[in-house]
Amino acid sequence: MSTDVKTTTTPPRRGAERPGRPKGTPRRGERREAWFLVLPALVPIALFSVYPLIQGVYLGFTDAEAGLNQTADFVGLENFERLLGNDMFWNSFRIGLVWAFSVTILQFFAGLGLALLLNLDLRLRWLARTLALVPWAMPPVIVAIMWRLMLNPNYGPINGWMDAIGLPGDINWLGSFSTALPAVIVVGVWAGMPQTTITLLAGLQSVDATLHEAAAVDGASTWQRFRHITMPSLKPVIVAITSLDFIWNFNSFGLVYVLTAGGPGGKTMLPMLFAYNEAFRYGNFGYAAAMGDVMVVLIVVLLLFYLRSRFRKEA
Amino acid sequence: MSTAVWKEPKPASRALQYVALVGYLLFLGFPLVWMLSTALKGPQEIGTSTTFFPRDPTLGNFGDALQRADLLLSARNSLLVAVATTVLVIVVALPAAYALARFRTRFRALANGWIIVSQVFPVVLIIIPLFLILQQFDLDDRLVGLTIVYVVYSLPFGLWMLQGYVASIPRDVEEAGAIDGAGRLRILRSIVLPLLIPGVVATAMFTLISSWNEFFFALVLIQSPENSTLPLTLARFVGAEGQVQLGALAAGSLIATIPSLIFFSIIQRRLTSGLLSGAVKG
Repeated sequence: MSTDVKTTTTPPRRGAERPGRPKGTPRRGERREAWFLVLPALVPIALFSVYPLIQGVYLGFTDAEAGLNQTADFVGLENFERLLGNDMFWNSFRIGLVWAFSVTILQFFAGLGLALLLNLDLRLRWLARTLALVPWAMPPVIVAIMWRLMLNPNYGPINGWMDAIGLPGDINWLGSFSTALPAVIVVGVWAGMPQTTITLLAGLQSVDATLHEAAAVDGASTWQRFRHITMPSLKPVIVAITSLDFIWNFNSFGLVYVLTAGGPGGKTMLPMLFAYNEAFRYGNFGYAAAMGDVMVVLIVVLLLFYLRSRFRKEA
Repeated sequence: MSTAVWKEPKPASRALQYVALVGYLLFLGFPLVWMLSTALKGPQEIGTSTTFFPRDPTLGNFGDALQRADLLLSARNSLLVAVATTVLVIVVALPAAYALARFRTRFRALANGWIIVSQVFPVVLIIIPLFLILQQFDLDDRLVGLTIVYVVYSLPFGLWMLQGYVASIPRDVEEAGAIDGAGRLRILRSIVLPLLIPGVVATAMFTLISSWNEFFFALVLIQSPENSTLPLTLARFVGAEGQVQLGALAAGSLIATIPSLIFFSIIQRRLTSGLLSGAVKG
């Protein structure tokens, strides 16, 4: 890709310094100018992003391994055949789906509720708005550290509250089989609130107010107005943000890596963590890339289904 | 604005709304407050009680955190990488964003498409070849290599944001300048650029925050402690923490969050509106 970019633009004419051209003249110079301006951004993206991506997808069909002088040979579908029989991978896949669906759905409802509140004239709205944005600015590593403090079996306040209301107050939230995944999901919701809330709030604020007024005059209840005016106009925003949230959640890494590193006993081993271990702990680059390929296919298929069903309903 | 409709709700539903709001405030805010409270407690207190207010508030943990050579070095590394990334992204993206917004070319569709594609593909696919490439040029485990990666990964989004800001400047402004006989470069420098400054600041802050916060690429590409960034060092600290260390860990985490929070508060309003303008006009 980068090569034909270069050939079309090698003569850097001095078009950039020509004074404002009257309208309607040929746009050749303009086009060249555009290339000239875009090139410094395009070349690095092509070299360090597009090329590695294509190469990464291809590596899934090779036996590439870590090490400086390794050669990668094309092995066809061998990695994928091996993957089929790898129960641990499919288990991690299942965990990834549970995680991504739970976080996305909870995030959506929590975000919608908060956005509706922020759209009202409430006191303390400024504080809620600011707090809703803070997780966005925090490094995922620190979000994880913070929640480790919250969930700490001895020191954490959550166990303290449990104790205070007469429930068992010695739960090792991140360390026991049954609670690790739910605990991690709650942290995921916390960390992802900002984008969801702000996007939905922006959507709410662009809902036509006159529609609401007309419906109110006609005697529609708050719920009816929400159901028949707010929700339909929010639909495109909802589809967009839930799709993005799902992708982000399914591909997320840092948060859970620091919270549990995939433990206990692989109960929170998201597919990204699994693939990371495969690649950089065991050095099986080809095999790990094959896992990445499977993840892409799954995300694309799920998104297609989701978007198609959404837009068909609309038609 | 749609708030007008709900101006006078029943007292009962208003009360419920406040209950819900307080619930959100607790969920969102309490973990932050708890981290602060932990950072202010002495080691014995963390070991013995779980009260909310520190009985004997101390800044000792912050002192300890700031005295750790590895934390300071990582903070310096993080800052270097973040600033270098930001400067490079702006320098490279500004002309490109202008071209994307002003000339109707296929680039725009291409750039937007690429942003989506790069979100869908898990980074593990990209990082393996990238790791191999950087290794070939002897750039793995070096801040230069990490900076290159950050620049490339911040570029598409930076382009998208800046392009929205450029598109919001009316063309007439430029054409007026042209009629007055100003050259293209002069128009760009003395008319377009000043109008773009807020957008550039917002994009720069956003890039700065994302590089400062980034973890995955750093984890893969950086091995030696002296080249570690702050998130890496803190993540390593997590494994080794004992009950007694929690205070220092909380203090270090707070210190590491402060720069992001400051930058974020500067651009808070502009960022959300910028994202929206990018979305609408993109």
